[in-house]
Amino acid sequence: MEVGTGKVHRIAGPVVQATGLKSHMYDLVLVGEEGLMSEIIGIAGDKHIIQVYEDTAGVKPGEPVKETGAPLVAQLGPGILTSIYDGIQRSLPQLVEASGNFISRGLFVDGIDHKKKWEFTPVVKKGDKVEPGQTIGTVQEQLLIKHKIMMPPDKRGTIKEIKSGNFTVEETICVLEDGTELPMIQYWPVRRARPSRIKQAPTIPLRTGQRVIDGFFSLAKGGTAAIPGGFGTGKTVMQQTLSKWSDVDIVVYVGCGERGNEMADLLHEFPELVDPRTDRPLMERSIVYANTSNMPVAAREASIYTGITTAEYYRDMGYDVMMTADSTSRWAEAMRELSSRLEEMPGEEGYPAYLGARLADFYERSGRVTTLEGTEGSISIVGAVSPPGGDFTEPVTQNTLRITKVFWALDSKLTQRRHFPSINWLDSYSLYDLALEPWFSENVSPDWNKNKRRAMEILQENAELEEIVMLVGSDALPEDQQLTLEVARMIINFWLAQSAFHPVDTFCPYKKQFDLLEAILAFRDQAFGALARGVPTDVILGTPSKDALAKVRLLEDYEPELKKVLAQMESEFKTMS
Amino acid sequence: MTKEYKTINEIKGPLLFVEKTEPVGYNELVEIRTEKGEMKRGQVLDTSNEIVVVQVFEGTGGLGKESSVKFTGDVIKMPLSPDIVGRVLSGSGQPKDGGPPIVPDVEREIAGAAINPAAREKPRAFIQTGISTIDGTNTLVRGQKLPIFSGAGLPHNDVALQIARQAKALGEAESFAVVFCAMGITNEEAQNFMADFERTGALERAVIFLNLADDPAVERLLTPRLGLTTAEYLAFDLDMHVLVIYTDMTNYCEAMRQMGAAREEVPGRRGYPGYMYTDLAIQYERAGIITGKKGSITQFPILTMPGDDITHPIPDLSGYITEGQLIISRELHRKGIYPPIDIRPSLSRLMNSGIGAGHTREDHRAVSDQLYAYYAEGCDLRGLVAIVGKEALSERDRLVLEFADAFEQKFVNQGRDEDRSIFDTLDIGWNLLQALPETMLTRIDDHLIKKYHPRYRKKE
Ligand SMILES: Nc1ncnc2c1ncn2[C@@H]1O[C@H](COP(=O)(O)OP(=O)(O)OP(=O)(O)O)[C@@H](O)[C@H]1O
Ligand SMILES: [Mg+2]
Repeated sequence: MEVGTGKVHRIAGPVVQATGLKSHMYDLVLVGEEGLMSEIIGIAGDKHIIQVYEDTAGVKPGEPVKETGAPLVAQLGPGILTSIYDGIQRSLPQLVEASGNFISRGLFVDGIDHKKKWEFTPVVKKGDKVEPGQTIGTVQEQLLIKHKIMMPPDKRGTIKEIKSGNFTVEETICVLEDGTELPMIQYWPVRRARPSRIKQAPTIPLRTGQRVIDGFFSLAKGGTAAIPGGFGTGKTVMQQTLSKWSDVDIVVYVGCGERGNEMADLLHEFPELVDPRTDRPLMERSIVYANTSNMPVAAREASIYTGITTAEYYRDMGYDVMMTADSTSRWAEAMRELSSRLEEMPGEEGYPAYLGARLADFYERSGRVTTLEGTEGSISIVGAVSPPGGDFTEPVTQNTLRITKVFWALDSKLTQRRHFPSINWLDSYSLYDLALEPWFSENVSPDWNKNKRRAMEILQENAELEEIVMLVGSDALPEDQQLTLEVARMIINFWLAQSAFHPVDTFCPYKKQFDLLEAILAFRDQAFGALARGVPTDVILGTPSKDALAKVRLLEDYEPELKKVLAQMESEFKTMS
Repeated sequence: MTKEYKTINEIKGPLLFVEKTEPVGYNELVEIRTEKGEMKRGQVLDTSNEIVVVQVFEGTGGLGKESSVKFTGDVIKMPLSPDIVGRVLSGSGQPKDGGPPIVPDVEREIAGAAINPAAREKPRAFIQTGISTIDGTNTLVRGQKLPIFSGAGLPHNDVALQIARQAKALGEAESFAVVFCAMGITNEEAQNFMADFERTGALERAVIFLNLADDPAVERLLTPRLGLTTAEYLAFDLDMHVLVIYTDMTNYCEAMRQMGAAREEVPGRRGYPGYMYTDLAIQYERAGIITGKKGSITQFPILTMPGDDITHPIPDLSGYITEGQLIISRELHRKGIYPPIDIRPSLSRLMNSGIGAGHTREDHRAVSDQLYAYYAEGCDLRGLVAIVGKEALSERDRLVLEFADAFEQKFVNQGRDEDRSIFDTLDIGWNLLQALPETMLTRIDDHLIKKYHPRYRKKE
């Protein structure tokens, strides 16, 4: 397409109308004398409607609008890991260098460093036939992370020349017979999903180290989870915790319309914390998008797409990737704001009618796949939802729940009791449950699934009993029900509760999760045994080993202590009368 | 180049529609002169070759088709110099204390560019406010934004003033500079604030912006922007630690709603504009610390919850942006407890980074958690007692119930001029916990009990 220039016609906030353009939908244009990064989002008659990723103050009618002839793309290549971007993949540290502590306008910085040289090692040779997505060479991007340089997804051919040595991402490292010159960098339009070969069934759990999640409402690798909750119920802490400890190769953290201080906290912690699987700083496997609430809404709208595109790129290399989006509600609100400036017909609560479709398109980009090359990779998505007034019947929560397979319902009543994570164990669910059971019984314990169901039943019964207690007090209950209340309390306080800030308890391996629950159930069985023998409940409830059990989870090397507590418990029950 | 136009085509509420202009920039500052020569200011909201929409800050009263409009070619800026400290200004930044206009060293755009997240420093310096329910259980740190959610007729202003008077960093003599923005508060309330600032000498280190209840509502949209631009200047140019208090955010949001209605926008929840979250975020996010800078901005927005409803969009959206909230409780107020801060729904999200050894004291987290747990349990038990009577309670439950009452009287309740050190606050907490058997202190490590529990301390 020929690249031309048009004129600004009208400006109202982040939405600009221009005349004299030939650009297509979603093409990038540069608005005004300052060349503000913008995107075509509508065409009406002779006017193009443009959303501007930067503040439009001072822009006047008549100023130029320059076309670029291309849509918003992500820059993909070595150097993405450890980066901190705004919503349109501008490096934030580089923006600090370019314009100081406050973000100013009209600046363009590359998503990845175009000057840095990387050592490229080819894995194909002259004469080889290469297919879309095939690896042609590798770069050691981080100490433990190999970056595959792949054929673009829409390109095949025969290698005419392949180089080896140190190159920038822009230099040609490969020439095909048809004359195509390939550099390491790829440009991919963010609104288009990168292709893969086959979507596979989710059968492997994503280990998060969070007992309530792994134990009760597990996420599969390649799965999707929604975590809705009112303000302060723990969405951000949970997403940061998952980003820290999940067993994935790459984490894409998208801070979409949230707090600056939170991002500062994360940027502070990630380089210091160590990935338990690799002993390397977490930052080495992370990509952070920080488009905070006070940064332009159009860039906020784009951040989800830029984020998922980088996630897909690493998936294509055969990695397990997790993307967290905090918060998808702010993304939806950005859509609403832009839509209302376009004077579109509003749907429910002013959101555009295509809200559900956009959410679905985004979550559809998750999945465990066979890549074009035939390897296996996955993207799991965890999306926070911030419902107004904490009311889950609102459109963003409802549209999200229609798509995502796991629902972690945050409960402000639990938050008020300072029970963390405040995931309600009665309302939440995981639709991967059954699909993952075989994996757990094979890889952790044959009793994993049975124990989980037993614990769930106790909590169900507990919920019913609590209603009675509210009316008559617990002393009025029969003895066996009093025991059930106590066992439920143990499950809730010793097992479901887990502080994200405790150095040890923040991450709990599968075996430990299993052992702790098994121990509580062992207490339960012996307690009911004792009750059947006629031991009074207050004697049973006074068992000292019960309280000792509470602190086991706080120990790194918990097994000796747990053994001791269990032995003590057994002898206490034996002698009890 | 700045021509005057007399081409007003329509006036609707606070909006002017002007035709046949040269190209006018979005958000440009506009000066309007009435036929009688009165000057007003406005800002461009929508601009095209055909029509320019201007919102008028001082209200459109007195404007007519013959009024003239001048587009200044520049966005709104705040004149700033060190002399601004100690001044009282109107809600749109004009001197209100009879003093001279501010001779600017610099002029800053009031829209406020976003702090680059990569340039932010993590806030972690403890601020002692001298109020136990804040310092002990909802600790504030420098660079935080912690709103007070209150209701009509509650003493939120007294709490804010007490914080402004007493706030200090531990071990540093230097106190905070205060930027105070009043939005739509009554003349009487404003007088109280001013009197207190004068009584305590705080005025000398304060900049005050006053938009009162009878001032134009649209002007309120400027007030926090002017105040925060001033705060950024004091913090990041002059290295000061700045405390920004603005009250009442509810009035600010009402002005926003009014503007939205005038522009016939599609309303969001309960008639407030869909962009209210973003707009509030732009104000609240101007708190923080920048790497390599000495100063900081800490914010205390005050808002009254319409109908005491925390799910109302104004407190709800605020809660989604700020780093916690302090809730003023009508129930505690009725009981005669001051400050009536209910710690249960209150939260300081940055507390963890500002407490413990090296910040306050090593037992801080544990004591706070323990106090919190039994106070919350005690409050729940009150509900049960109302049904089954006190007699039905176990011995343990009775202790917890009594603990909750004592907690309100001794820990929450304090004088309006009582400035407790954090160590006093923690010790009051320990004295209350002493009433419970030691085995009930499950949230406190044994070694901390041995070190700080009054029983062991007396033996020393
Ligand atoms: N797993 C946890 N362990 C310990 N504390 C927690 C945990 N989760 C949340 N908290 C506490 O709750 C506070 C609020 O959590 P968080 O910031 O994650 O809420 P949020 O749901 O993201 O709120 P918002 O929607 O306003 O962003 C935290 O500052 C922390 O004190
Ligand atoms: Mg959050």
